[in-house]
Amino acid sequence: MLAFMTRRVAYSLLILLGVTLITYLLLYMLPADPARQIAGRSATPEVIANIRHQLGLDLPFYQQYFNYLKGLLQGDLGRSFIQRSEVSELIGARLVPSLQLMGMGILFELIIGVGMGIIAALKRDSFADRLLMALSFVGVSSPQFIAAMLFLYFFAVKLGWFPMGGYGEFRHILLPALTLGLLGSGWYSRMVRSSMIEILHQDFIRTARAKGLSRARVVFRHVLPNAIVPVIPMIGIDIGIFMGGLVVVESVFGWPGIGQLAWQAIQQVDIPVIVGVTTVSAVAIVLGNLLADLTIPLIDPRIDVKKH
Amino acid sequence: MTAETSRPLLSVERLSIEFGEKRVVSDLSFALHSGKTLCITGESGSGKSLTSLAIMGLLPKTARLPSGAIMFDGKDLLRLPERQMQHLRGQAIGMIFQEPMTSLNPLMTVGQQLEETVRRHEPLSRRESKQRARAMLDAVRVPNVDKRLGQYPHELSGGMRQRVMIAMAMLCQPRVLIADEPTTALDVTIQAQILELMRELQQAFGTTLLMITHDMGVVAEMADEVVVMNQGLLEERAPVRTLFKTPQAAYTKKLLAAVPVLGTMGKPVSKTKEPVVLEVKDLKVHFPLRGGWFEEARAIHAVENVSFTLRQGETLGIVGESGCGKSTTGKALMNMLPYEGSIKLLGRELNGLKGEALKPLRQDIQMIFQDPYASLNPRKTILDLVGEPLLIHGMKNLKLRTERVVELLEQVGLSAEAMERYSHMFSGGQRQRICIARALALNPKVIIADESVSALDVSVQAQVLELLERLQKEYQLSYVFISHDMAVVERLCHRVAVMFSGQIVEIGQRDQVLGNPQHPYTQRLLSAVPMPDVDRRKDFKSLLRDIEVPDPVKPRNYQIPRQAYKAIGIDHFVAV
Repeated sequence: MLAFMTRRVAYSLLILLGVTLITYLLLYMLPADPARQIAGRSATPEVIANIRHQLGLDLPFYQQYFNYLKGLLQGDLGRSFIQRSEVSELIGARLVPSLQLMGMGILFELIIGVGMGIIAALKRDSFADRLLMALSFVGVSSPQFIAAMLFLYFFAVKLGWFPMGGYGEFRHILLPALTLGLLGSGWYSRMVRSSMIEILHQDFIRTARAKGLSRARVVFRHVLPNAIVPVIPMIGIDIGIFMGGLVVVESVFGWPGIGQLAWQAIQQVDIPVIVGVTTVSAVAIVLGNLLADLTIPLIDPRIDVKKH
Repeated sequence: MTAETSRPLLSVERLSIEFGEKRVVSDLSFALHSGKTLCITGESGSGKSLTSLAIMGLLPKTARLPSGAIMFDGKDLLRLPERQMQHLRGQAIGMIFQEPMTSLNPLMTVGQQLEETVRRHEPLSRRESKQRARAMLDAVRVPNVDKRLGQYPHELSGGMRQRVMIAMAMLCQPRVLIADEPTTALDVTIQAQILELMRELQQAFGTTLLMITHDMGVVAEMADEVVVMNQGLLEERAPVRTLFKTPQAAYTKKLLAAVPVLGTMGKPVSKTKEPVVLEVKDLKVHFPLRGGWFEEARAIHAVENVSFTLRQGETLGIVGESGCGKSTTGKALMNMLPYEGSIKLLGRELNGLKGEALKPLRQDIQMIFQDPYASLNPRKTILDLVGEPLLIHGMKNLKLRTERVVELLEQVGLSAEAMERYSHMFSGGQRQRICIARALALNPKVIIADESVSALDVSVQAQVLELLERLQKEYQLSYVFISHDMAVVERLCHRVAVMFSGQIVEIGQRDQVLGNPQHPYTQRLLSAVPMPDVDRRKDFKSLLRDIEVPDPVKPRNYQIPRQAYKAIGIDHFVAV
């Protein structure tokens, strides 16, 4: 177990190094110039050069990146170009709302996705199956910003079922979380469906039925746990895709999370904030995958992390 | 018909099963009598398994039952609502299946799966149901019951899992136990243990047994009455003695004639004067295991110091149970995995050859695999499949290649029309013929046949064996015939090697090894083979005690002590 964890942490550090390098490099090569953004339209070249020097943007790429890494090792994510405050503070203030939204979103995603998958698998080739699978297809292929706007328009503006936006009460989180859940559930429903169908044909399901177990018991005790095993690593991977959704949905619903922060930072070419958010997201993804890997052995006794 | 006066416990009356337009079982009738054993036998596609599923009400949804009734306890099971059927299943009628490896839920412990069954049918407390599970595991002779209850299926061997399956089916002491090919996937000694257990349980609980099996040996060992099915039709229904002594239906006669019977072959033709084509000396195959940081490097010692020679026109049988290293030996002979030791083919050393250097030698040694369904690429025509070895070895001209493929197909008894078709259009036996044609394409001297007839029905198996013998005579081929089936090995082989735990424990002339076995393991193996002969029913009690199998995982550099052999007669060596 110790060896497994050590190895995983070592890999994770390598991944994080790669993520920061790529993000930094991409932003370095970006034609947008943060110094010009800060200085404004009417600034003289001298002023811009001055700002650039102050921010250390005139250094060669490797030095900039090296300085950033040095700061990162001391827990310093740098300072925002625009807001002039610590990036770690900016992110820290927004981390909790984002985690709340993410948790609720994944919960909805799983409830909707797994539920749809079970129904579709049990009613295979029926009208219900085709309808659910068509819906899941619409879900995974609709662009998040359009879907989020439409939901906001229909459910909040027209029907008034949910508040328009805001943060603080439970009712505020429902619509953004449902939006994320509905849009992401398509992958899960398809995966659970095919996994369930495969398990339904397994010999041990026939055994369970031959024992005289009720249909509900066969489905929930024998089929579902087996069908869910391949879905768990998917959740770990999904966190990455989820972060993308978070940026859009938080911006549309005005949710004070790191997605919104990222959105603003991208518009202002606020490089330290962008890199900071990316790094935090990468950490979240790595942690999510580690958590998934540690959860699977609890469900499937055949998988032993010590052997990997 | 026997004059059974007692009312049958369960009777199947004029049962028909259809899938769409296709009728897979038609007008089948038979009866189960209390405390007796009825065997349904027949080749694949005969509808025997579907019949058993129909009794359990477990047919797939697409199946239709246009006529018939299954009477049990005065009720017609085919018309019983699902809810009532659930209460009968597992309580009044239990069932065990063919594949013990996949028939248990991998995510639940043995104890959970057993207790679940008890609590479904009887209002017992958690402790009482655990007590019941423990008692039943004891009854099927599972050692260390308390430990087993907490284990998951993947921690048990195939034989142990099948015992758990039997225990599970017997938990509520059903009146009828249906066993669908319960021992087909098991090694012969494990099969003997399971059959013995089923006999014991039947006596202890008075259970009525319905057994589905394709194996005439098992039928002769177990049945009181036999139903022979073919293509969904009942061919013959008779008491077991009558069936074996005076079979009535032509199909039964054909089936019985096709079954190879151990101990019915005479002395083999001696091949000791022929030149040696394959010489294997001290063959070792070790698979290194990935260790932890502080662990000692280990390896699976799959094959240890195997030596034998194969002469021109000779067939050497390699027999043994799963995990004994027989297939690994076959693969090493084909240079398909790294090994130590020496393999000389026609005097040329194979060890160490790779790529282009190996290619010309590959012409002389070819392989036929076990599963004719999986060993033919479904996207290629038969012309491509059989012609591929020719293409690889330089016959670029399509016309020449086509001519050769036609010739090869004719040799294995297929017409030239087959060339344009794909493998899914052929039956299992025809596919195996195609595999044989492919192996013959380059005029090899040696063919390795790894369980090549095991997946085939007996009548098809007999034809393929005949084909192999004919080809051997025509082309002076030498075979290494790897098999778990003693009767088939006796039918085909001149010499036999018995493998156990990676080593040859006995090797020699076929009639010597199989007729006068000297090593205790060979004796045990032979005593476990069920005989298709009602007069030679065997008592498998002595086999219930497991023998110790050495752990093949050893330190990487571990040197096994060299096995010494003692000569018993002419060309008969036994490990001492």
